[in-house]
Amino acid sequence: MDDKKTAWERLQLVHTKGRPTIRDYIPLIFTDFYEMHGDRHFGDDHAIIGGIARLDDRPVTIIGQVKGRDINENKACNFAMPLPEGYRKALRLAKQAEKFHRPVICFIDTPGAYAGMAAEERGQGEAIAKNIAEFMRLRTPVISIVLGEGGSGGALALGVCDELAMLENAQYSVVSPRGFASILWKDASREEEACNIMKITAEDMVRLGVAETIIQEPLGGAHNDLDKISENIKEYLSLKIAEKCEKDIDELLKERYTKFRKIGEFTE
Amino acid sequence: MGERLENFFGVVKKRFNGYNEEDNRETVKCPRCQSLILLERYEELHRVCPNCNYHGRLSTPERIEITFDKNSFNELDRDMVSCDPIEFPDYGDKQQELRDKTGLHDAITTGTATIRGVETVVGIMDSRYMMGSMGSVVGEKIARAFEYAAEKGLPVIMFTASGGARMQEGIVSLMQMAKTSGAVQLHSEAGGLYITVLTDPTTGGVTASFASLGDIIIAEPKVLIGFAGRRVIESTMRQRLPEDFQLAEFMQDKGFVDMIVERKKMRSTLSHLLKLHGYTPKEV
Repeated sequence: MDDKKTAWERLQLVHTKGRPTIRDYIPLIFTDFYEMHGDRHFGDDHAIIGGIARLDDRPVTIIGQVKGRDINENKACNFAMPLPEGYRKALRLAKQAEKFHRPVICFIDTPGAYAGMAAEERGQGEAIAKNIAEFMRLRTPVISIVLGEGGSGGALALGVCDELAMLENAQYSVVSPRGFASILWKDASREEEACNIMKITAEDMVRLGVAETIIQEPLGGAHNDLDKISENIKEYLSLKIAEKCEKDIDELLKERYTKFRKIGEFTE
Repeated sequence: MGERLENFFGVVKKRFNGYNEEDNRETVKCPRCQSLILLERYEELHRVCPNCNYHGRLSTPERIEITFDKNSFNELDRDMVSCDPIEFPDYGDKQQELRDKTGLHDAITTGTATIRGVETVVGIMDSRYMMGSMGSVVGEKIARAFEYAAEKGLPVIMFTASGGARMQEGIVSLMQMAKTSGAVQLHSEAGGLYITVLTDPTTGGVTASFASLGDIIIAEPKVLIGFAGRRVIESTMRQRLPEDFQLAEFMQDKGFVDMIVERKKMRSTLSHLLKLHGYTPKEV
């Protein structure tokens, strides 16, 4: 692991063409994947993929944001920026998993929720709020992994979990560095400076109590060895899912609440 | 003629400076209909525009005064102040400055109060404090308020006003969305009533967490409610947005607000809703 990489250098890595996406990982980590479509209310958002598969021998539900690997794929998945129906699809699949006692695995990889008129009209705020609240009380284990970008509330909508893991170069932030610079300094060109002071790296997440684990990437980044990074993710998931499935569910929910309840720094 | 022309320009000039020409009384400009209102009159109307009914931003003491029974408000966690989790430049100084200027300790004040004798837990956000943004203190106070209400069997009323997550606290502020939403759920599972009153403006991470989770969602007329900012949508998506986009009336029409209630009817509406849910006046 290369400790000397700045947050900005890692952001470039995350944006490297060829960085593996959830579509690359699913066949290498799981078997028997059946994709499920739609939120049963409005439509099927291609920015979110979800379905049932096996991890080792255990049935699990997979939900994640879809990044494209080229411009056409990116157009089709709206650059991994979900609409409300995407979050509602995610919640529908999570509730389905809860009913059948399947653990849920969320893959986070989004610059943020889509900001547009359609999103506002259909209740982007409500959709995200509902996911956060419902995942907090979902009576089945939930593990989330940030694959690349974890942007804002659009990421957190898949991020309320029993444990959060970060890929080594992945980032998690309240807003994109560009947005941060433009909001606080009214100058989007100070993106690099923002990136380096925002505390958005995997190590920052562990230090701030947001993430529990960092999954090592192959030398130079995940794109250099897809088999190896998939193996690392699978190893982590197999271990954690088995561990969480053994726990009493009420105990697990209490711990999940506490995980988020204790994040914050204040004096009184 | 020359004199009249001069007067005319005098009026215009004085109006642009925020003064009424005749008696130099201060005026305010309504952000919705742009009409000029005498400040005195605006304050008399509790900051409601007499022309278009836009419900303007109230300070926390004003909100307490017009909503709750006299002297019934008891503040909780008053002395809580935020640290600096991502060591953001000048964050501490900026907060001290705002504390001195507003008398607030952060963007929310929580406590208990009665409305026509019925006891409730309340939270009041104030846009004067860093645009009502949610950081560690806002998150913690809200979580404690819901936990306290769940324990005591009390309802919760939240008056929201926020630009969203507090950027200066980085990812820690994002996590307050999960913390507050989790606490809302615990209170809800205990059977408690939660009423949200969306005031100007309610946006970003607050809309995407506890503000959207009320059993009943009320909004004041013409206030701004949304997730993404109008300018962000317009600039990045190159879409022209309708005039009423993200106003309370638009959000009610789209199905995200139960009712729009005018300020002068807020106290009686809240009182009736509490009573309809079986909460009764405290025995004295």
